[in-house]
Amino acid sequence: MGTLLLRRLLYSIPVLLVASFLMFWMVRTTFDPTARLRVSRDPAVIEEERERLGLNDSIFTQYRVWLGDFIRGDWGESSRTRQPVSEVIPQAFGNTLQLIVWGVLISALIAIGIGVYSALKQYSAGDYVFTGLTYVGISMPPFWFALIAIHFLAVAPQDWFGLSSPPVKFVGLHDVGSSGLNWDYLQHLILPVLTLSVQLMASWTRFQRSSTLDVLSSDYIRTARAKGVPRGRVIVRHAMRNSLIPLVTVIAVDAGLLFGGLIITETIFSIPGMGRLFFQSLLQGDVVVLEAWMLVVAIFILLFNLFADLAYGILDPRIRVQ
Amino acid sequence: MSDRFDQDQSVFATNVETLPGVPVEPGVPIEEGPAGAAEPVPLSQWQLFYRRFKRHKLGVASLVILILLFVMCYGADWIAPFPKGQQDLTPGSENQAPSWDHLFGTDQLGRDYFSEVLYAGQVSLRIGLTVAILSTLIGTIFGAIAGYFGGWVDQIIMRTTDLFLIVPAVAVLAVGQQRFGSSAATVSYVLAALLWMAIARIVRGQTLAVKEKEFVEAARAVGASGRRIVLRHILPNCIGPIVVNVTLAIAVAIIVESTLSFLGFGVGSSWGNLLNTARGNYDNNVHLLYFPGLAILLTVLCVNALGDGLRDALDPHAKH
Repeated sequence: MGTLLLRRLLYSIPVLLVASFLMFWMVRTTFDPTARLRVSRDPAVIEEERERLGLNDSIFTQYRVWLGDFIRGDWGESSRTRQPVSEVIPQAFGNTLQLIVWGVLISALIAIGIGVYSALKQYSAGDYVFTGLTYVGISMPPFWFALIAIHFLAVAPQDWFGLSSPPVKFVGLHDVGSSGLNWDYLQHLILPVLTLSVQLMASWTRFQRSSTLDVLSSDYIRTARAKGVPRGRVIVRHAMRNSLIPLVTVIAVDAGLLFGGLIITETIFSIPGMGRLFFQSLLQGDVVVLEAWMLVVAIFILLFNLFADLAYGILDPRIRVQ
Repeated sequence: MSDRFDQDQSVFATNVETLPGVPVEPGVPIEEGPAGAAEPVPLSQWQLFYRRFKRHKLGVASLVILILLFVMCYGADWIAPFPKGQQDLTPGSENQAPSWDHLFGTDQLGRDYFSEVLYAGQVSLRIGLTVAILSTLIGTIFGAIAGYFGGWVDQIIMRTTDLFLIVPAVAVLAVGQQRFGSSAATVSYVLAALLWMAIARIVRGQTLAVKEKEFVEAARAVGASGRRIVLRHILPNCIGPIVVNVTLAIAVAIIVESTLSFLGFGVGSSWGNLLNTARGNYDNNVHLLYFPGLAILLTVLCVNALGDGLRDALDPHAKH
């Protein structure tokens, strides 16, 4: 196991380096950090600033310098807020992490429940209903779901029931002056978590259904039943344990992708997380934040992919042997 | 219920004609091989495919709806009740709820929303198709090369897919839009560049499996070139995953494009753009939110169902 981990890590480093260089190149050559000086200052000042920022060096030199600083923990300063990026990103990261943890947890539990149910009652009315719903969930753009959900769960109920404030909130994670795990937090959390869960739930449910069906048709399940093991015990002890293995890896990969994929949810619900940070930095050409953001997100996606590979190896002994 | 059952039976029955390990080239008359020789009048692969696909009711219905959608969007010049962008300037004609005059109501500028949705569909559908074809093409070529040649070529191509997989796609697309501009073509290219990895991996795997088979060895023995082996013998065996990938890519491309447009980074005048505009004042006209979203939902739903139908029809081993 240790050597496998080591080998995979060593493989990942060049991939990560090349990916981070490409992203760095793209951001550096797209935005001009001196654009804001252009209106009021004379060319000499701009030239001096470019020299100071090292923008006249070759892109490789720029990348080397930037990567060196990044590894040493000097991530630069946001041109938008003048805060050090090494503080901005962890802050935003914390908020995003809350969404991801709740979203993944709830989606996984529901997906496992419905997936196993659908597989056990294959071709029943319930199975058809749930399969239809997963189809819809996968085919729906999440941002559209968010807009419709805001309307029907937050805005419209105020008119229907004559409420003074929306039953669920859709701005931020807390009301002003409130913090911690409380009712207010829950009210804010419902809509964003629902939004990011719809697609996850739908695709994981389909996955869990088919992997349960695979396991249920295997010989050792029939053997267990033939030996006289009760049906419930066969499902929980024999079938579910094995059918969860593929889902674990899918969850890990998808969770990694979420770090870059919350741009929509956080923008719509004004949650100061990684996605919104990216969006705002992009709109204002905040190069320093964008560069660090890209690398941090790529590292997380990579780590979760690695975790998925390793988890598969640990959970499924047949893979380990190879 | 019985419908599903029949379908399984049929798949089982057709297994006899296309036994695993007896690949038959589509469109080419069967001249030799155990399966072909045993049949008195062998059906071509396309006939088999057509038979199986016809039984997948959901797939057929989706195909019909998709064709209708295409005709309506691209025939919008004739079908749309009002010309593109025409405003009704009489007071009170903006933000109308759906009615018989305006099926989808009117937007905040007094334009007929049904016509607007049809015209916007042209952009969304075109991008979906372009991206799907491009990404499948790129993925198939790289996958086949990696699988067939192996060695360091394989290593480089597979590490490249790893590389693209860890890149945060929506973020790169948004930056790419700033860099390369936002014409439908450039957005399609960038999207395709971020979506080719899955099919490359599938085609590579399939190629690895197929190239060890006897019929490939036979082709090589009679002197077929590498290109001919890949094009005539290996790729036809990957046709199932390739076609299914086209549908998956259409679905993903339409959703991602609408997401980008919604954020303001898209091509402009697609379904996502309509939603971006509608979002601003959904207090007095929620109907503007419904229709473009439902159009996306319907399209992607049908594309996915079509993909399932094609998968079943093209893969005789598929259970359901």
